[in-house]
Formats: sequence, C-alpha cells, structure tokens
Amino acid sequence: MSLDTSFAALADPTRRAILARLALGEATVMELAKPFHMTQPAISQHLKVLEQAGLVLQRVEGAKRPRRLAKAGLDAMDQWLAMLRNALEKNYERLDGVLAAMQSQDKKRN
Amino acid sequence: MSKLTLKTEADTHLVVTRHFAAPPEVVFRAHTDPKLVQQWLLGPEGWSMPVCINEARPGGKIRYEWRHPTQGAFHLTGEYVELVAFSKIVHVERMFLPDPTPDNHVETRFEPDGAGTKMTTRMTLPDTKTRAAMLATGMEHGMEASYVRLDSMIDNLIPSAASR
Repeated sequence: MSLDTSFAALADPTRRAILARLALGEATVMELAKPFHMTQPAISQHLKVLEQAGLVLQRVEGAKRPRRLAKAGLDAMDQWLAMLRNALEKNYERLDGVLAAMQSQDKKRN
Repeated sequence: MSKLTLKTEADTHLVVTRHFAAPPEVVFRAHTDPKLVQQWLLGPEGWSMPVCINEARPGGKIRYEWRHPTQGAFHLTGEYVELVAFSKIVHVERMFLPDPTPDNHVETRFEPDGAGTKMTTRMTLPDTKTRAAMLATGMEHGMEASYVRLDSMIDNLIPSAASR
C-alpha cells in the first residue's frame, strides 16, 4: 500500500468520517449510509477506495458484508495517539520559546 | 534532549513526559498565567486561541476556545482541584466537540531536572467514542495539512506539474 493511495483515500472528508464511524465498531453499508444521508451505492464507492487503500476489510455474514477497520491499516488508537503526539509536540515547542523569552525578561529585570 | 514521551497506562490513563530548559517555577508560571498559556497551548499549526480563562486557585475556572480559519472552532471548560507551587497542578477538564466529552482528570508534576524541569502529566485516557470524535475534528486538519505538503512536494519535483 503506497503513501499516495493512503493520502488519496483520506483526502475525502466523507471517507475520513466513515473511518471515524468504523473506529466505533464494524458496520454494514446500510448502517453507514444512514448518518450521511447518502445512497448505498455512493457509500459503497467510498468503501471500495478505502478497501483498495488497505484501510478497511469486510467479512461475509449471510446476505450482509460488514466492514471494519483493517488492523494493518490505520489502527484507531494509533491514529489518535499520533494526532495527540503531534498536538503536544507543537505545544511544547512553542512553550520552549515562551520559557526562553520569560527567562531573558527575568534576567533583564534582575 | 527535549523529547516527548507518550505512554498508555493500562487502558485507563495516559502519561506524558517532557523536559524543559527552565526551572520548575518558570514552567509552573507558564501553565498558570493565562496570557502565557495563550501563547503556546494552540494544538496543531493553524489554530488560534481567542479565549483563555485560567483562574489558578482550587475551584478556579478554566475556559479555552480555539479557532481555525477553515476547520471551525471548539472549546473546553475545566476547574482547578489543587495547586502546589511550583510542583503540582491537579485539574479536571472536558472538551465540547460540540457535545461534552467525559471529564478528564489531569495531574501535572514539575520536578527539578538539572538546571531544567521534568514535567510529567497523567490524564484519563478518553474512551473509544471520545477518541473517534476527537479524530473527526483533528484528523480533518492533520490529513489536509499532509495532503497539501504532498502536493507542494510534487510541484517541486516536477516543474511542469506546477503550471497545472
């Protein structure tokens, strides 16, 4: 699975929202279509892109084919931790700057 | 080395550690003076913090609001539980995405570490549903930024592509 395929798959906000929903547990096309007010064929098209990118898997249950997040793709916990790590790293880099400014101001006063 | 470490503890908590090149008193001040907090607690690039209320005393109120030019806005509220100058801050907070998340109990400790400070923050690990809601807000921005970077990388590598 190439980086380009992942980015292309994730560039669409509906597909990102589908992944967020699947992070809560598996779902069928019918279950996914409801909150998005989209037709089932439209959702199926998005799911096809996500499956080709290796991010979503399906299993067979009678007439249904529930989809789930692929473990080897984006694990929901890893995704969330990566997002948090990025936010914290940015915050603490800024804090490094704020602390340096505070200390040089303190030096000037004393 | 100012390296951030992030660990999950059981399935219930998160522990974050970071070293800072300033003594505990300075780092503590940077966490409790709202004018200072507003300069660094901004999250990923692109967000601003129009509201920063931080009443650093037990029972004191916290209110932070963030805004992005294209990704919208969200806020959090909280209360201070305990403060020990300059070594410990205990507070509770919850985010509004826009619905309130469960309360997050946060304990932050500042210890001298050479001439600097070792900061350790222990917080409640959000449940699966809250993590998904946070991802829906944050992932949008994260992936947009990555996709834009990829686009500009391609433009730089293939001069003819830039004239599209």
